[in-house]
Parts: sequence; C-alpha cells; structure tokens
Amino acid sequence: MAFLLNCPNCGQRNVYDFRFGGEVLTRPAPDASNEDLTAYLYGRENADGPQREWWNHNLGCRKWFVAVRDTHTNEVIETSWAPDISVPNAEESDGQ
Amino acid sequence: MQLFTHNTMWRRYPLKDRYDVVIIGAGVHGLSTAYYLAKQGVTNVAVIDKGYVGGGASGRNTAIIRANYLTREGVPFFRESLKLYEDLSKELDFNLLFDQSGRLDLGHTDSAVFGLRMRTGVNRLLGVDSQMIGPTEIKKLVPAIDLRRGKNLPVMAALYQSSAGVVRHDAVVWGYGRGADRLGVEIHPFTEVTGIVREGGRVTGVDIGDQRIRADTVMSATAGWSSNIARMVNLTLPLVTHPLQAFVTEPLKPFINRSVSSANLHVYVYQTDRGEVVVGGGVDPYSSYSQRSTLHTLEELAANTLELFPFLRGVNVLRQWAGLCDMSPDYAPIMGEVDGQPGFLLSCGWGTWGFKAGPIGGYTMAELIATGKTPDLIKPFNLRRFAEGKLVNERAAAPAAAVH
Ligand SMILES: Cc1cc2nc3c(=O)[nH]c(=O)nc-3n(C[C@H](O)[C@H](O)[C@H](O)COP(=O)(O)OP(=O)(O)OC[C@H]3O[C@@H](n4cnc5c(N)ncnc54)[C@H](O)[C@@H]3O)c2cc1C
Ligand SMILES: [Zn+2]
Repeated sequence: MAFLLNCPNCGQRNVYDFRFGGEVLTRPAPDASNEDLTAYLYGRENADGPQREWWNHNLGCRKWFVAVRDTHTNEVIETSWAPDISVPNAEESDGQ
Repeated sequence: MQLFTHNTMWRRYPLKDRYDVVIIGAGVHGLSTAYYLAKQGVTNVAVIDKGYVGGGASGRNTAIIRANYLTREGVPFFRESLKLYEDLSKELDFNLLFDQSGRLDLGHTDSAVFGLRMRTGVNRLLGVDSQMIGPTEIKKLVPAIDLRRGKNLPVMAALYQSSAGVVRHDAVVWGYGRGADRLGVEIHPFTEVTGIVREGGRVTGVDIGDQRIRADTVMSATAGWSSNIARMVNLTLPLVTHPLQAFVTEPLKPFINRSVSSANLHVYVYQTDRGEVVVGGGVDPYSSYSQRSTLHTLEELAANTLELFPFLRGVNVLRQWAGLCDMSPDYAPIMGEVDGQPGFLLSCGWGTWGFKAGPIGGYTMAELIATGKTPDLIKPFNLRRFAEGKLVNERAAAPAAAVH
C-alpha cells in the first residue's frame, strides 16, 4: 500500500519521491567480533510493526531523515532529522 | 466421476499434543516437505498455518518455473526442482497444468547481454538448456514483440530456456497438501503459532495460544513472516520482507505462448491458458508486511509492458494483488539446521523466486529431517554462510530487480 511521508524539510510527499534506506542500525566498533560484525552487516530485525528506518528525499531536497513506520499498516508514526551518529570507541580507533 | 462431493482435499483433526515433526507454514515449501517426509515413512507430522492453505506467497505468485540461474550452487538446485516438476502431475495424481513453453530473458543493453551470455555459459556447463538468440529468432518465438530499433531500450538479444514454463500454483499447493494428507500428515489451517518452546538447550515444540504442542523437530517455512518466527527463538535473520505485486488483464485471443522477462524494464509477461495476460515486476522499493497493491506499481508495470507489446494499450486490467517476499542479501535461500538451535530448521530466503524451488526444497528438507544429514545440494544455503563470508551471489542472475 502506498503512503505519504513527511519530509522534515519539504513536508508531506508521496512515498515514491523517496528512497528507502532500511532499518536504523547501530554500527559496531571497528574491532568488534566477527559475530557482531555479521549481525550488523546481515542481521535485520525486519519488524512487523513500528520500525525506525532511513529515508532519503531523492526527488526533493535529497536529505536523509529517520521515520518510524508501522510496517504492518504502512502508517507513518513520526519523521525527524537523524540524530548524531557516533561510532562507539571512535576516538580509540582513529589513529590519525 | 463425482463433480460435487463432500470429500475434501485434506481432513480435519483436533490438534494432538505431540508430533514427530511440526512444520510452520502451509505454503508450497511446508507442504512439499510434509509430503516427501511422509513418503519416507515419517507420517506423524503436522503442518500448521495461521491462515488458509496456500494463503501466503504460494497462492499469490506468478508461477514461473525456470532453472537458468547464475551460480554453481543455484543452477543445480533449481535444475533438480524443474526435473521434479516435470513428473509432479503424475506423482501427485493431480493435473498441475505444467506447461514447458519456454522463457526468454531479454537484453536491451550491452552489459545486460554480457550478463545473459555469462548465464548461458554457466547453465550449459551445469546441464540447463540455455541458448543465446538474436532478434530474428526472438521474433519467431514471440511474433507479437516490438523489435523496432531506435527505442531507449531496444531488444538486442535473449537468453532462451526452452524447458522453462508456467504451472498452476494453487494446484501445486493443493496437490502436495492432498498427497501429504493421504499419507497421514495432518494439516491445520487457521492455527497460529504464537511461541516456540525451548527446553534443555533445544527446541521441543510450539505454542498455539494456550496449547502446547511438542515435537522433535520444528521447521519454519513461513517465507515473508520468517523473521517473526525467528524472533520466538531469539534469532535474527538476514531477511527483509518486501511486497511483490502482479496483475492480470481481461482474457485475449492467444498471442504469446512463452514467458518474456526484461530485467532492464523490470517487467515479465505471459498469457495464461484462459487468455489473461499476467504481468509482474520487481519488489516494492520499501519493506512492508502489508499485502495491498499500489496504483503506482500498476502504472509502472503497464507502461513497461507496452514497451514490449504496444498493442496491449487499452486492454482492461482484471485484478492486481501483492504477496510478501523474504528477501535475502545474496538472493539465495536459507535452508537447514541453525547452529545453536537444535531441533529447529529453517526453509526461507525464498524471496521472489521460491515457488519454482518448492519440490526440491521440500525433498531436501525432508531428507535432512528423516536422516539427520544435510543433502549436498543444500549445504551451501545454510544460515552460517553469512558469518563465514560465503555468500551465494545469485543476485547477479538479474542485474535489476525482476528476479522471479
Ligand atoms: C506476486 C508474486 C509473484 C511471484 N512470482 C514467482 C514466480 O514466478 N516464480 C517463483 O519461483 N516464485 C515466485 N514468487 C515467490 C514465491 O511465491 C515464494 O517464494 C514461495 O511461494 C514461498 O513459499 P513458502 O511456502 O516458503 O511461503 P508462503 O507460501 O508465503 O507460506 C508461508 C505461510 O506461513 C504462514 N505463517 C506465517 N506466520 C505464521 C505463524 N505464526 N503461524 C502459522 N503460520 C504462519 C503464512 O500464513 C503462510 O501461509 C512470487 C511471489 C509473489 C508475491
Ligand atoms: Zn525533502
């Protein structure tokens, strides 16, 4: 079922104006275990219900933002700019 | 001949509190596994579905059966499934209307033609009858196709698999269901699995609401809903559920008797025995568990169909629908045992391509359950391939999303 998404910059637009970026994931530290890296690369919650996910307004302002959408009904619960994403232990591994 | 009888395809039973094997999902994979298990003598089996039999993707797909994949893991697997399909009407004593009328994968760009040529080579090495053909032969096989030059995407060449075909999907599901029932398997529609029981480090049964059912083996064959079942054993799968849509037109006089697919145009087309034109394409561009179709996709599929068959302009659409597809990152299935979850088996990652794998999927999973040994044919498809970095890159089989 198609739906509208509220771009934080442009307002309500048809979903086909946007590019879906998948569920929001937490990136593990660079020295994480193979298990954690596998989970990050391939494991997906694939929620049947509310899901935090990335969207890009690619036929509009081209900004990335985050939506919470109920994947069962496609009801968009909220949209917002992405929070700051920091990589855990970034300082330690940033050798430059 | 009894046209109207009270006989049903499968019997009704009260749920017992113990089975040897419980299969979650009464689609083609769950039912074919049950059928081949029963043939091997394992008959204390229940197939449980939250909805009606075949109500998932197995009752909503466009039933294209082919084997012209790209990888040395995928081609033999789909080839063996096609072989089982060839004898399946006889095996199940049920007319499945399997029509091996052939299928063309069109190439409209140099890079697409290169990809098709690569597939042709791999297929032939692995015993699948693929050949590259040019516009003259394409026109002979599909006279109605528009081969005019100077279009954005002219038809340059095609990969042709003459043994590919189309089957009646409902009949396959019902045939396996009836066959399994006759061998003693119980089929329980409208029965939702709400939890999976784990005791002493292994999976020992399922919960249906308040009712607990024990089993030595629990297999999930729930395609688009697999992540929900996996959650019940704290397992996260590399799957994302996307809807896939298709539509049919009103019946027309026969004009095409092969299926034609274009990865560049994201569309595939064939005509049913009743004359309806079936059109399908790629998955919806966002994940969802909603099985509702969209006007946007209808317009896009229709426009792309007209690129190939302009004379279909003005033909009425009869119905449009959607089903759920469990897309895996490498476009290959996920089958077999799960490390750390003894007693639990997976058959998923069937995405947009899994109906054709129904027979071999069930055959190999049944062998695994009955013997405890994973058949060589499905070893590469185990879930652990993701941790081991041994993906099956079947994605390359279709540069665009039309990988039905
Ligand atoms: C429009 C469309 C076109 C397609 N075209 C093709 C094609 O041309 N060729 C091809 O090879 N493939 C095609 N496919 C893909 C194919 O249909 C699927 O891969 C295949 O049918 C999957 O079969 P299955 O038995 O694994 O799952 P399904 O048939 O989806 O069955 C899963 C079952 O699990 C049940 N279930 C889920 N959760 C629970 C629960 N908690 N408790 C109990 N039961 C549960 C569901 O009710 C469902 O009946 C297409 C799919 C679609 C949607
Ligand atoms: Zn915007």
